[in-house]
Amino acid sequence: MQKTQNNRAWFMVLPVFLLVAFSAVLPLMTVVNYAFNDTFGENVFFWVGTDWFQDVLTDDRMWAALKRQLIFSAIILAIEVPLGIAIALCMPKRGIWASLCLVLLALPLLIPWNVVGTIWQLFARIDIGLLGYTLDQLGISYNLGQNATAAWITLIVMDVWHWTSLVILLSYAGLQAIPQAYYQAGRIDQASRWAVFRYIELPKLKGVLLIAVLLRFMDSFMIYTEPFVVTGGGPGSATTFLSIDLVKMALGQFDLGPAAAFSIMYFLVILLVSWAFYTIMVNLDREDVPK
Amino acid sequence: MAQITLSGLAHSYFPYPRGEQDYALKTIDLTWEDGGAYALLGASGCGKTTLLNIISGLRRPSQGQVLFNGQDVTDAPTTARNIAQVFQFPVVYDTMTVRENLAFPLRNRGMDRGYIDARVQAVARMTGLEDRLSRKAQGLTADEKQKISLGRGMVREDVNAILFDEPLTVIDPQMKWELRTQLKALHREFGHTMIYVTHDQTEALTFADKVVLMHEGRVVQLGTPEELFARPAHTFVGYFIGSPGMNLFDASVDGSTAQVGRHRIPLDADYGAQAGRVQIGIRPEFVTLERDGDLPVTLQRVEDVGRHRIVRASLDGMALAAVVPEGVEIPADANSVTFDAGQIGVFVNDWRIAPRGRGAS
Repeated sequence: MQKTQNNRAWFMVLPVFLLVAFSAVLPLMTVVNYAFNDTFGENVFFWVGTDWFQDVLTDDRMWAALKRQLIFSAIILAIEVPLGIAIALCMPKRGIWASLCLVLLALPLLIPWNVVGTIWQLFARIDIGLLGYTLDQLGISYNLGQNATAAWITLIVMDVWHWTSLVILLSYAGLQAIPQAYYQAGRIDQASRWAVFRYIELPKLKGVLLIAVLLRFMDSFMIYTEPFVVTGGGPGSATTFLSIDLVKMALGQFDLGPAAAFSIMYFLVILLVSWAFYTIMVNLDREDVPK
Repeated sequence: MAQITLSGLAHSYFPYPRGEQDYALKTIDLTWEDGGAYALLGASGCGKTTLLNIISGLRRPSQGQVLFNGQDVTDAPTTARNIAQVFQFPVVYDTMTVRENLAFPLRNRGMDRGYIDARVQAVARMTGLEDRLSRKAQGLTADEKQKISLGRGMVREDVNAILFDEPLTVIDPQMKWELRTQLKALHREFGHTMIYVTHDQTEALTFADKVVLMHEGRVVQLGTPEELFARPAHTFVGYFIGSPGMNLFDASVDGSTAQVGRHRIPLDADYGAQAGRVQIGIRPEFVTLERDGDLPVTLQRVEDVGRHRIVRASLDGMALAAVVPEGVEIPADANSVTFDAGQIGVFVNDWRIAPRGRGAS
C-alpha cells in the first residue's frame, strides 16, 4: 500500500515545541552564552572562548566538590537500593496492612524538600533537637556545625529517610507483578529463599530497579535544598556538594562566566553517568549473543 | 513413585463457606494408581487446577486428606512430596541458560555433577532442546520456553508423580503431537504416575489410559476412554466426550419403553418407573437415518468433517445429531431416524441408572 506523506502533522507538535523552547532551550542558551563570553553588564559581551571552562577545570575547589558529590551519591545508592528491596520483600502482599504500609511509606515523599531540611536541622540540634540532645546527653560528641562526620552522617540518614520509600514503592510494584506460577515453580523445584530472590525476583525487578537507580542517582547528584538548610555546606566546606558550590559561585561571588561553564559540565556529567547506568543495566543479560 | 489417594477431599476459597456453592471442589474420593497415566478432563473453571495444586501441596485442602502410598501428606509442604509440576504458561528462569534451567531442580537437591549432566542431556534430547542448551532462556520463543518447563518437570527420575496443567496450550499444533508422544514414551519408559490436566478431549484421550472427568467441582466419572464413550455415568460426560456430544432428550420411562414427546422409543431392558428429571441419551454414532423409520425428523444441514458427516436434524423441535460414516449414502428422501436400542442410556437427575435386575454399570 502506498503511504501518503502529510507533513502538516508537524504543526501538531508546534505548541509543545514552543513550550519546551521557552522553558528549557532558551534559558539553556543563555547559560551557554555566559559560558563563552565575559560581560561587565549592560548587555555587552566579549568572546572568551573556552577560558571559563579551563578556569573551572583547574579549580581545586570544584574537584573537591565533585569528589564529595560522587562519594555522597555512591553511599546513597549503596544504602537505599538494597534497603528498599529488602523492605519491599518484607511488606505484606495484600490486605489492610499493605495499604497502611504504602501510605506510611509515601509520607516522606510528600514533604517539601526545604521542610525536610528544616525538620532534620531541628532534630539534630543539641540544645532542643530530640536526636542531638539525646546523643549529647549520652556523651557522644555530635555537633553538626563543628564535626564533619556528624554532618555527613546526618545528611545521609536524612536522605535515606526521605527517599528510600521511592525505591521501596517501585520494588513493591515490581514484586506484585510477578505471576504466582513463578513462586509455585520455585517450590516445585525446591529452590531456596535465596535462589527464589536471585533467579526469580531480582531478574523480574530489573526494569523497576533501573528506574530507581537512575532517579536516585540524578536526585542525589543534584541535591541542594536539604544540605543547604541543614549544614549550609559546612562545617568548612565538608558538605559543599556541586550544586551548593555552584550557587556560591554564581550568586555569592557573582562569577557568572565560570558558573555557566560549571553548569554546562554539571549537566553533561549527569547525562553521561545516567546513560552509562542505563546502558550497563540494559545489557547486563545480553552476554549470550551467539558467538 | 506413589499411589495417590484423595479421601473426603473438598476445597473452598472462602474461609467460611456458607454452602455447597462456595466450594470449588466438592467432596472427592479418588485413587490414582501408581504408574497410571491419567487425564483430568473438564471445562474451564471446574476445579482441575485446584485439585492439581492440592496434590502437589501448593494449596492446602479445606477438608479431607491426601495420601501418598497410604501415608498422610495433607500438611506436608511441596518439597517433601517430591512432585514435579508443569504449568500452563511457561515458567523459566530468565537469567539462566537452558542447561542451568534444566539442571536447577537437581542442583537444589544436591545431586552430583556427572549425574546432572547426563540427565540434562537426556531431557534435552527428549524435548528437542539440544542445540539450545547454552542459550539464555530469556529471548527464546514461547514454544521453547514451555519445552524448558516440561524438561524441568521430567528431569527428576525419582518423583512420586508428574503433574501437567494444560502444558501444551501455548505450543503450536504440530509440536503438540510430538511432545505428547514424547510424554507417552517417557511414561512407558519410567512408569511415573502422570496426571495431565486438559479441557481438550482429544488431548486427554490420546494421552491417558484412564480419564477423570470433572464437572462443577465434582469427579463425575473415572474410566478408560472407551468406558466414557460407551457408558457415560453423567449427562455431562455424554455431552462433553464425543464430537458432537450425546443426544439427550427429556423423557418419561416406564418399563422398557421411553416416551419422548409423542414418540415411543423401545429400550433394551426394563428400567421400571422413574421419577425426577428423566432423560434418555444416545450417541450420534448410533442414530441411523432412513426413510419412513421410527422417528420422523426434519433434516437441517449436513456437515462434512472429513472422516464422516454430521447430520443435524430436528425431532419435533428438539435438536438431534447423527453421524454418517464415510462411504455410507445419506438417502435423498431420508425423513426419519432409528435409535440403536442397546446404546440408549437412561439418566435420572443427570446420573445414569442401571436397568432392573442388573448391577450398577
